[in-house]
Amino acid sequence: MSGYAEGILVLLAINVVFAYGAFLPMSAGQLNLGVAGFAAIGGYVSAYLSNNVAMPASIAIVLGGLAAAVVALAVAVPVLRTRGIYLALATFALGEIVRATILNMEMVGGAAGYPVAAFIRFPTIAAFAVAVVGLVSLLFATRFGVAITAVHDDEGVADLMGLDVRAFQVAAFALGSGLAGIGGGLYAHHFSYIEAQYFSISLSISIVLYVLFGGTQSVLGPLLGAAVFTLLPELLRGSAQWRYVLFAAIVIVTMVVRPQGLVTGAQVRRLLGGKEQPA
Amino acid sequence: MTKPQPILALDNVDKSFGGLRVVEDLSFSVRRGSCTALIGPNGAGKTTVFNLITGVYPIDAGRMLLDGSDIAAMPSRQRIHHGIARNFQNIRLMPHLSALENVLVGQHCRNRGLRGVLQPINLLPHNRWREEARAALAEAGLAQHERATVGSLSYGLQKRIELVRALVAQPRLLLLDEPAAGLNPAETDVLRERLAALSAQRGITMLVVEHDMHFVGALCAHVIVLNFGRRIAEGTPDEVRNHPAVREAYLGLGAETATGLATALPEGTMSVESSHAS
Repeated sequence: MSGYAEGILVLLAINVVFAYGAFLPMSAGQLNLGVAGFAAIGGYVSAYLSNNVAMPASIAIVLGGLAAAVVALAVAVPVLRTRGIYLALATFALGEIVRATILNMEMVGGAAGYPVAAFIRFPTIAAFAVAVVGLVSLLFATRFGVAITAVHDDEGVADLMGLDVRAFQVAAFALGSGLAGIGGGLYAHHFSYIEAQYFSISLSISIVLYVLFGGTQSVLGPLLGAAVFTLLPELLRGSAQWRYVLFAAIVIVTMVVRPQGLVTGAQVRRLLGGKEQPA
Repeated sequence: MTKPQPILALDNVDKSFGGLRVVEDLSFSVRRGSCTALIGPNGAGKTTVFNLITGVYPIDAGRMLLDGSDIAAMPSRQRIHHGIARNFQNIRLMPHLSALENVLVGQHCRNRGLRGVLQPINLLPHNRWREEARAALAEAGLAQHERATVGSLSYGLQKRIELVRALVAQPRLLLLDEPAAGLNPAETDVLRERLAALSAQRGITMLVVEHDMHFVGALCAHVIVLNFGRRIAEGTPDEVRNHPAVREAYLGLGAETATGLATALPEGTMSVESSHAS
């Protein structure tokens, strides 16, 4: 495999992991604009562990994800009290707090960035991405998947049906943050260097866009969205300076034509069952 | 001989929204295994009573007894675990889920804890919960719609799915908010027969808000009439139909005149078209 192709595939795999990090809370109806902050926690914790404690990079990355999930769990209760635009702002602020904290932490290099000694290649990153897609797909094939969509669709009725709406929202937020943390760890260990600036709001927005573009109603959405967002700019490379203009235009047109994203739940059901009868 | 304990009893219940008193000193009880109707003009507080029983709103004063124990402080989410299920006046299915998945949501109260949440309902082809939900849809004649996203289905079908969703929770007390609204006469007859059969076969107690007096008369032996959040009459369908306060509430006439009209009016004239804010 050429270095170029490998580089693209690494980015794709990491973006897929990030996308599921944003997808989980979104499937419960919650926009997490602080997803980059949790990626930063995962990235820095895993980098610190593999630099200072003798452990394989893969384990450090998993622990980094765990750390991000634990932080998410701790902040979920106050943060998830807010709704809609306020939740978006609260999670955005959370991401900024994480970033500003890292900038001031000399033990991980502060503003100078943090070199990571251990290095992982594409096969490891791909294995992580496949595992994440597989685990989230499995999770959504259980009652959890139906319940989380019910919470997304109508919190009031979900509550009357006996679902603990808050618990599902907190679980989705924490699990998603954990995945974002794993994505951050993968990034840190492949690029051998991380800095706080990378984990900014623009990373959060890109990740959320993958999910919105791919579709929030099915587990295939984030995969497809991340793939399009990673590969399309590369395919448009021929037109040099104009490729991002073209890319943005394609995104806008797609969102106008398919506001619910590329894949919807109904499509997936048709695909799997093949015998849905329209009324 | 002591009177058998009612499944549900409201005892001097009050509820206000801001300065508006929507339920006032309301007391009534629902006999176990019965089908009881709750009727009244639009805005009488019928749906509010349902929302109080299911815990959507807390009550301001009074007591609410389920099998003799006060559930007024019980969180809304737990009430279905104690056997109270309902439908909604304006259908509230989960629009992004299929008919089958909506029914699966109704089973949630029977699947507690992490093990219940992680039931592989969409993973293994013959998962018992999935099969049960399919059977419940089939029993209601909805088998061919199980994969359809509910938003794409007709109003009548959605209403039937909502009923199935409530039934798979295996309630002891089923609250039905205008189950026949928007249905044509043939559909209404099918629904009435189905509810009567459910009541007889499974012993489900039903409390029904309905404007169609034919429907109420055929299904319910006992009727409670509300107006402005107060109980104004109670009895058999015939008794309340001829009750002066009821006729005044519905027809807005003086009680004396209304009594005179009682015999002249055919059955079913109390049915009121369209209802939004009851």
